[in-house]
Amino acid sequence: MSEETFTVSVWRGDDEVGRYQDYEVPRMESQTVLDVITYIQRRLDPNLSYRFACRVGVCGSCAMTVNGKPRWTCRTHVSKVIEDGRLEVAPLRNLKVIKDLSVDMTDFFDKWAKAEARFVGGSTRHDDFAKVSPDDKRRQEASAGIECIGCGVCYATCDVVAWNTEYLGPAALNRAWTLINDERDTGRLSRLKAVSGTGGCQACHSQQGCVERCPKHLNPTASIAGLKRATAMAALKGELK
Amino acid sequence: MIEETAVPSNPQTEARLWLAQRVSAMVLALCIVVHLATIIMAVQGGLSAAEIVGRVGGSEVWLVFYGVFVLAITVHAPIGLRAILNEMTKLSMGRINLLCFLAAVMLGYLGLKVAIRFYMLGGA
Ligand code: SF4
Ligand code: SF4
Ligand code: FES
Repeated sequence: MSEETFTVSVWRGDDEVGRYQDYEVPRMESQTVLDVITYIQRRLDPNLSYRFACRVGVCGSCAMTVNGKPRWTCRTHVSKVIEDGRLEVAPLRNLKVIKDLSVDMTDFFDKWAKAEARFVGGSTRHDDFAKVSPDDKRRQEASAGIECIGCGVCYATCDVVAWNTEYLGPAALNRAWTLINDERDTGRLSRLKAVSGTGGCQACHSQQGCVERCPKHLNPTASIAGLKRATAMAALKGELK
Repeated sequence: MIEETAVPSNPQTEARLWLAQRVSAMVLALCIVVHLATIIMAVQGGLSAAEIVGRVGGSEVWLVFYGVFVLAITVHAPIGLRAILNEMTKLSMGRINLLCFLAAVMLGYLGLKVAIRFYMLGGA
């Protein structure tokens, strides 16, 4: 039985030098883009660099640009994205390419730190648990944004990230917003200062490219809008000095 | 590494500028509706300089309306221009601020001048 194959163009190189290289890969049922890349690396070209870990949409390490759009490759079926029998796989946009499909996520995560997108607790082990009702409005705001896997798909989509190197980006700002709504968090004002600025929430154009692409169906634009309102209210009271 | 900007942006100022742009946008939305409705009504009988002066000239109501309109533009446009220049050019934030301040002065000066001139042209 002769195998059905299809052509996959894969970016080889880094930001400065590189080119697309074509591979013929057997077409299989329920095949994901990550399956394809893994096949190439294991069977055709062991020199190909790429990154993955969980293969089930949890770790957020496998994002690549597939036929022009950033996607999580382990949960993207070839059948859904193949165009004219071809697949083109490139590294994520807006990040430095280390080699082939592996990008350097340093800037992405440095910006989380810059946005103070980490929990700041105020209680000790001797204190009682914070009791937060599932119906609480802030709790619901936090829950809406909490499932981020840090894949960088939104960051690669965002044009403001491309234009304004300072811009913290949708993922870091989304995380900051979940913490602003965390009942137990004590870092509110300092965080609001961190996310307000020419590279902060006000720089977002609200065009929702990030929402369109986020594989977890989160809405960073809504989170950023929340930050805009919260920083504006705080600034009116003169709290962001 | 993330580049640091030469002029660090002030969180308080940025948030206030954002708010100013939002509020001025609301004012502008109202002004534009009134402005467009007036244009459509005014051109019904053909447009002439005498007709415009006859309507706007000497009217305190129109003077205040166009004064507010101009001030809203003076606030709104330069803040937007500032964001565009920051994204699209390599100019430093200091220069951008200066340019946008000059743009605000120019818009305010020219706009108010027109509104006041029209007012002074009128009166029966
Ligand atoms: S909505 Fe904001 S964060 Fe999302 S892609 Fe657009 S500019 Fe970027
Ligand atoms: S917000 Fe969505 S697209 Fe962005 S990093 Fe988190 S999971 Fe990925
Ligand atoms: S490999 Fe973990 S999310 Fe794709």
